[in-house]
Amino acid sequence: MTTVTAGPASAAGAKPATMAQALGRAMRDAMAEDPAVHVMGEDVGTLGGVFRVTDGLAAEFGDDRCTDTPLAEAGILGAAVGMAMYGLRPVVEMQFDAFAYPAFEQLISHVAKMRNRTGGALPLPLTIRVPYGGGIGGVEHHSDSSEIYYMATPGLHVVTPATVPDAYGLLRAAIASDDPVVFLEPKRLYWSKAPWSPQDPEAVPPVGRAVVRRPGRSATLITYGPSVPVCLEAAEAARAEGWDLEVVDLRSLVPFDDETVCASVRRTGRAVVVHESGGFAGPGGEIVARVTERCFHHLEAPVLRVSGFDIPYPPPMLERSHLPGVDRVLDAVARLQWEAAN
Amino acid sequence: MTVMDERGAYRPAPPPAWRPATDPGPLLPDDEPYRVLGTPAQEEAEEKLLLRLYAELVRGRRFNTQATALTRQGRLAVYPSSTGQEACEVAAALVLREQDWLFPTYRDTLALVARGVDPVEALTLLRGDRHTGYDSRAHRVAPLCTPLATHLPHAVGLAHAARLKGDDVVALALVGDGGTSEGDFHEALNFAAVWRAPVVFLVQNNGFAISVPLAKQTAAPSLAHKAVGYGIPGRLVDGNDAVAVHEVLSQAVRRASEGGGPTVVEAVTYRLDAHTNADDATRYRKDEEIEAWRGHDPVALMERALTARGLLDEAGVEAERDRAERFAAGLRERMNTDPELRPLDLFGHVYADRTTQLMEQAAMLGAELEAETEPSAGSETGPSAGSETGPSAGSERGPSAGVQTEPAVGAGPTGRGGSGGQDSSVRTVSGASGRGGGETR
Repeated sequence: MTTVTAGPASAAGAKPATMAQALGRAMRDAMAEDPAVHVMGEDVGTLGGVFRVTDGLAAEFGDDRCTDTPLAEAGILGAAVGMAMYGLRPVVEMQFDAFAYPAFEQLISHVAKMRNRTGGALPLPLTIRVPYGGGIGGVEHHSDSSEIYYMATPGLHVVTPATVPDAYGLLRAAIASDDPVVFLEPKRLYWSKAPWSPQDPEAVPPVGRAVVRRPGRSATLITYGPSVPVCLEAAEAARAEGWDLEVVDLRSLVPFDDETVCASVRRTGRAVVVHESGGFAGPGGEIVARVTERCFHHLEAPVLRVSGFDIPYPPPMLERSHLPGVDRVLDAVARLQWEAAN
Repeated sequence: MTVMDERGAYRPAPPPAWRPATDPGPLLPDDEPYRVLGTPAQEEAEEKLLLRLYAELVRGRRFNTQATALTRQGRLAVYPSSTGQEACEVAAALVLREQDWLFPTYRDTLALVARGVDPVEALTLLRGDRHTGYDSRAHRVAPLCTPLATHLPHAVGLAHAARLKGDDVVALALVGDGGTSEGDFHEALNFAAVWRAPVVFLVQNNGFAISVPLAKQTAAPSLAHKAVGYGIPGRLVDGNDAVAVHEVLSQAVRRASEGGGPTVVEAVTYRLDAHTNADDATRYRKDEEIEAWRGHDPVALMERALTARGLLDEAGVEAERDRAERFAAGLRERMNTDPELRPLDLFGHVYADRTTQLMEQAAMLGAELEAETEPSAGSETGPSAGSETGPSAGSERGPSAGVQTEPAVGAGPTGRGGSGGQDSSVRTVSGASGRGGGETR
């Protein structure tokens, strides 16, 4: 089931597109195909979103389909719940990670539970787009990695793309899903480019499948979202030291693809989990536990974590010290020489 | 020198549409709650409506006393009574057309019953065997909402969606006085107004949010006044006068249906019982206050009006009470039946498709349930019971690992061994708190 994708160059002949463009295109195509799809949020209409991800949607589909809402995240998400109850497929934008917090009661008490509470009578097919993570020089409240809150809430799918084709494919899948999907968009990859053709978008594996971005034999880097390019770069750099690193892009945090992750770790016997989010009670803790429970006899070393520090997100001039970069990943890889060190 | 020092230097032109042109005058509620019963207008009220409201009020009062009694028998985990507020509940249900939606709070089971939801299904949440006992979509009744005011934006969104689709559907959302302090109340009213959504908010101001009186909840002249700040008309109505509440809500529903936008209705009423059966209301209010409100009882008000118009005599009162009594007896009997519990349903409807992780956990519970039914399997748990963490557990286990199948043999009421070969795939329970239920066993 493991899918090894070729590099971005696979879309031969296609022009470079940014992740932001691919996301916008995904919404555009979903809206064109299904009149039930509605995009809503603050500034998504006339302005096209503060990141221009929804650019052109209001012009093409009108204010009723791409709606500038009042500035109120609980209201936006709460209204989207009612719209989904009536058969629409709202795609909600939360503008910035930390702006979503006022909507958490709606998210946790209603969005995540409505299908379960009503015995399946009222499923909520809604997508919640949350631009997340740092690295864009944003001031406080603009760079949180809030994925663990979503992951800890049963009833939500949690998805995050790292490539341009995935941005399109996963968002289309999220909008088509009959369950609520928290769609985490790595802000600092918005302007990352890859050859990609909107007329002939590359098929991607479905939600719930991880992907081996780079095959390797000596250790696995388990990562997602903004840390995927970091890990790919680290894997290239590690070749000089004799390490052949495999990079697994999770793509979907919930559901979690134990199969792909564990198959990789069993092959390599060593693993490092890499993410921007804090380490204490962070996503890595869950991932390490799952890998250890399932692959203990295959492991040559403890599964390590490289994460952001356990601090409130730092001011922009210091974020480089906080974000796990290539060097920190390579340091962890070096520590995987467990038997030699002991 | 700053611009502030030079007179006239700083003259910003307002943006062209800097505020909506809304005249606050027509939005303001009346000084006194609107009344029909006990006023000359009572003579003009439609006879059929009066009799219908009366029947529902009598039945509703009996429903409240019966449900409260069921908590004492351990048949309900909890019951938040709406005794004293029946007029609001009944009117809310009766003004809605079939296609309209009702968004109730946990105190509004009576509104559900008046709308035609099976009373046992309406009480399922409070019994504790399922979250929502009725089919929300079929009845167009949202699940009873326990968090305060969080269902109000849902009502707005649903009404908005219906209008976008071109359907004539109105959403009526119920909320208490305490709920008006919540942020979601504010956001819902604001969205409804901006979107001109066909939604009606009925605030049942029953005087207390558990123990906190209205004076400590708000400094507004009335809760209906809160509407004005959003550009919504506020209406104030006597919440114990079923005819008045029905009339005001009917106007609001019609206005919404005709594209006039939302209305906020504050119904001034009183909760005669405690917050729930678990609450001690003597700690925060005096008997004299309750007695004063008993003099303004919604059932008695209606009885007086009907009698004055010659539409009701003692025999009529008796007949209505008998009908309510039969309704209560039927409810009591059905509630005294142990509900069927299906533990594997825990994993149902979490997602459209179960994740691998949920399939593994369902398989574990299925194995536990099966083990419980085997006579000697009671206490010891061998290595296989912990297979979740066993060396081969995890991803190898396919979706078919006994997950979709019902447990072959269910346990008896006590859960473990010895219910005597009862061949059932479900468990039953005696009362949500495990007490009572003597009648059936």
